[in-house]
Amino acid sequence: MAAKAQKLSKTIESRTDNLLEVREFVLRASREFGFSEEEASKIVLAVDEACTNVIKHAYQFAPDRKIEIVIRPVKDSMQITVIDDGTSFNPSIAKLPDLKQHLSHYRRGGLGIYLMRTLMDKVEYKYAPGKRNEVRLTKYLTASEPSA
Amino acid sequence: MTDFKIHHRDGDGVSVIEIKGYLDAHTAPDLETAFQKLLTEKKYNVVVNCRDLSYISSAGLGVFMAYVEDIRKNMGDIKLTNMSPKVYNVFDLLGFPILYEIYKDEQEAVSRFKEIKK
Repeated sequence: MAAKAQKLSKTIESRTDNLLEVREFVLRASREFGFSEEEASKIVLAVDEACTNVIKHAYQFAPDRKIEIVIRPVKDSMQITVIDDGTSFNPSIAKLPDLKQHLSHYRRGGLGIYLMRTLMDKVEYKYAPGKRNEVRLTKYLTASEPSA
Repeated sequence: MTDFKIHHRDGDGVSVIEIKGYLDAHTAPDLETAFQKLLTEKKYNVVVNCRDLSYISSAGLGVFMAYVEDIRKNMGDIKLTNMSPKVYNVFDLLGFPILYEIYKDEQEAVSRFKEIKK
């Protein structure tokens, strides 16, 4: 299954027109790792959301900053790390919103973070303020793994 | 490379917006512009046909959230149709079927508006 997978990385400039390229990169890697089309689609969307958050929040739409995407096999899981050096933002300290309540007030923010946590098995954040922020997304090949 | 297209047509008091391709943070502003135009023109009965929508992220979903309130305040609605299972799954994960009427077929959604008018 994942035995032959190796570490891959890609660096893009912080513009939304690069999201398509990121999605294609992650889709290829997910398929090669052995994920079904359905699971690969979930991973692609989660990484899109992570990069979009970096562009919007960490870099506040500055178009020439760097985002690095690193994909690593870790045993039976694929780990995707999205790295930036913009403003730190830690959504992990915020509680997941009550979705029904959230939507009934027509709130549009926070949907990406909710999606990442729902689509992936694990979402972790690491910070060195002003130097390096990391969002690490993990998906197990076996569907029965518990959610984080 | 154009990865998102919007086609707008009007008929019988209902505006149909066909969206095609990839709706993400890059292309969501195009959809915002289309909704803004509908509001300016006071067209509040809106059907969004998603037949050729290949992909949607939260930035795209956020556009529907941003405009549905104003449209409903004016006695209109945004009804969504013809979604592929992949696109529907994303709407479903975020609880959208509670807030939006989603139909298999565009004609069904258009008919709902006409029934309300009667």
